Amino acid sequence: MTGQTIARRPNQLFRNLNAKIASIPMILTAVVIFLGGTLWTVVYSFTNSKLLPRLSFVGLDQYERLWAATRWTVSITNLAIYGVLTLIFSLVIGFLLAALMDQKIRFENTFRTIFLYPFALSFIVTGLVWQWILNPEFGIQSVVRALGWTSFTFDPLYNADIVIYGILIAGLWQGTGLVMCLMLAGLRGIDGEIWKAARVDGIPTWKTYLFIVIPMMRAVFVTTLVIIASGIVRVYDLVVAQTSGGPGIASEVPAKYVYDYMFQAQNLGQGFAASTMMLVTVAIIIVPWAYLEFGGKKRG
Amino acid sequence: MTLRIWTAIMAASVVLPLSAAKATDLEVTHWWTSGGEAAAVAEFAKAFDATGNKWIDGAIAGSGGTARPIMVSRITGGDPMGATQFNHGRQAEELVQAGLMRDLTDVATKEKWKEIIRPATLLDGCTIDGKIYCAPVNIHSWQWLWLSNDAFKKAGVEAPKNWDEFVAAAPALEKAGIVPLAIGGQAWQASGLFDVLVISLGGKDFYEKVYSAKDADTINGPDMARIFKAADDARRMSKGTNVQDWNQATNMVITGKAGGQIMGDWAQGEFQLAGKKAGTDYACLPGLGVNEYITTGGDAFYFPLLKDEAKSQAQAVLASTLLNPKTQVAFNLKKGSLPVRGDVDLNAANDCMKKGLDILAKGNVLKSTDELLSADIQKQKEDLFAEFFSSSMSPQDAQKRFASIIASAD
Repeated sequence: MTGQTIARRPNQLFRNLNAKIASIPMILTAVVIFLGGTLWTVVYSFTNSKLLPRLSFVGLDQYERLWAATRWTVSITNLAIYGVLTLIFSLVIGFLLAALMDQKIRFENTFRTIFLYPFALSFIVTGLVWQWILNPEFGIQSVVRALGWTSFTFDPLYNADIVIYGILIAGLWQGTGLVMCLMLAGLRGIDGEIWKAARVDGIPTWKTYLFIVIPMMRAVFVTTLVIIASGIVRVYDLVVAQTSGGPGIASEVPAKYVYDYMFQAQNLGQGFAASTMMLVTVAIIIVPWAYLEFGGKKRG
Repeated sequence: MTLRIWTAIMAASVVLPLSAAKATDLEVTHWWTSGGEAAAVAEFAKAFDATGNKWIDGAIAGSGGTARPIMVSRITGGDPMGATQFNHGRQAEELVQAGLMRDLTDVATKEKWKEIIRPATLLDGCTIDGKIYCAPVNIHSWQWLWLSNDAFKKAGVEAPKNWDEFVAAAPALEKAGIVPLAIGGQAWQASGLFDVLVISLGGKDFYEKVYSAKDADTINGPDMARIFKAADDARRMSKGTNVQDWNQATNMVITGKAGGQIMGDWAQGEFQLAGKKAGTDYACLPGLGVNEYITTGGDAFYFPLLKDEAKSQAQAVLASTLLNPKTQVAFNLKKGSLPVRGDVDLNAANDCMKKGLDILAKGNVLKSTDELLSADIQKQKEDLFAEFFSSSMSPQDAQKRFASIIASAD
């Protein structure tokens, strides 16, 4: 009797045993490399490690120095500007392009390829291309001046006040195509019947998009948001290729601060403190949002 | 059959290391990748191959800032190369302290480095706790003002003989559409230029008080304010440079688009490549024509500690090859730098190089900031001057921040 009960209700631990064994490597990777690495970094950010990590704790010294450094404040400000604008513009432009593409236009494939093509290039290539385009001696400025408008000035990469917008342009050029594709996939997922129903009710097209289609595309927007946001936080190579943080320190970003201080300045402690701050910033934004999105009561 | 193959493999594995002992491969990493630099390093490779060993070239593109992290991570990560370039000074200090580097004292004693290396301070940069850990190969000095004679002719002013005359000539240059002073956008250029101002306008004692003694009164004092005033002048004169790399800035001087550039003697290679002649096409003012002192920074080779006995021996051979008089001459003529030993013949040197040799012979040499400051402090200094030269930060604010950076130096 009891033996039968046991046989009928097997130990929870051994259910789907194959799947569990198969996922052990990934679990180990996640725990040891991601979580372990993160904890290690946080712990060592409280030490005065220089070239080699060593456990001699100095409290919050590294953080005090970090927040006193002009370069770090400039980096954070730049990331905020770049982040907010990238989020807004790539979503808006991406959605508009997708909506236009969805009007059953001719040569849709061709256009789609053209718009998506920049995404096939790495940030380094993108950065170099835009460095040349925005260079006052060879790029847009010289072309316009050659056309006769000799007082035309357009040199964002050499003007400390607007350099971050020069980087933003390159970032948008590279990333918007992907957003467009994701949005287009979302739009194609909307049932044609809904459009017909809206037309029957006499709702204008723009209102249909805004109040019916976009709310229905919620899942696509969330996916896109995550992809864009992760791209924003780790922006590094684009800046290195385009300006290497210049002019002066006007286009520095946090990821570059981390790299430069860990390796060039041979000050691991300072680099770890900076990367921990990046993690904290991300956590502050992600955790409440993730809680609202995935946590709480389950949606039906 | 399998047994026979295994025997063959076993036999081969025994024979191979023996034959390898004669011709050992040694991987050497460095960041000399520009045309002149690659030609110079080929001289080392040739000399080392002539000893019966083999130089495996491990050039890492990008400047030292890119290459050093790769080198350090290979050494700390347990995949050390046979030998690697660093700037002697404090860049490899922690690696040595961690016991990852090979002690070269035996080679140095045998080859009498203490007697042949000139200036003697150069070897100090390699010495930690009385032991020698690196082989210096050249002397590079920062304290040079390169001037385009064409630019001054075009502006209708006489080529300056010192910094003050240069500053005075700036308005005339600007009127002629010439950028008076070319400064590339990379941070190390601004920071290096400032050090040149400190040593050239402030003099030897002042420089040592600031960077060696780190004397707070001097750093906050009026003499330092004067240096920052000069940096302010330099900033004004560099408006409109709009280039990043140092050699692009040098190119502006070569083509007469800029009046001058403050840059180390490696800039000379660019003038030579462009077929310009020292004295007629361009002029050089060591110490900005004020205080003719040069710092003896430079390149050195460090040798990671290896388990392989044959490779360790090859390391010793390489170390002595690098300092061989013939190799020294061949290498330094191509590199445009000065040899580290005083007993070699450099007749082929041009006017500017000879000026450098004279200063060296007079003993007007000082330790470079690479030796006096840690990489961490250097980086913060670079950040400060990168910001200073691209913004409108007041010289007073800059001085205050400079003082706090030096005060935190270890």
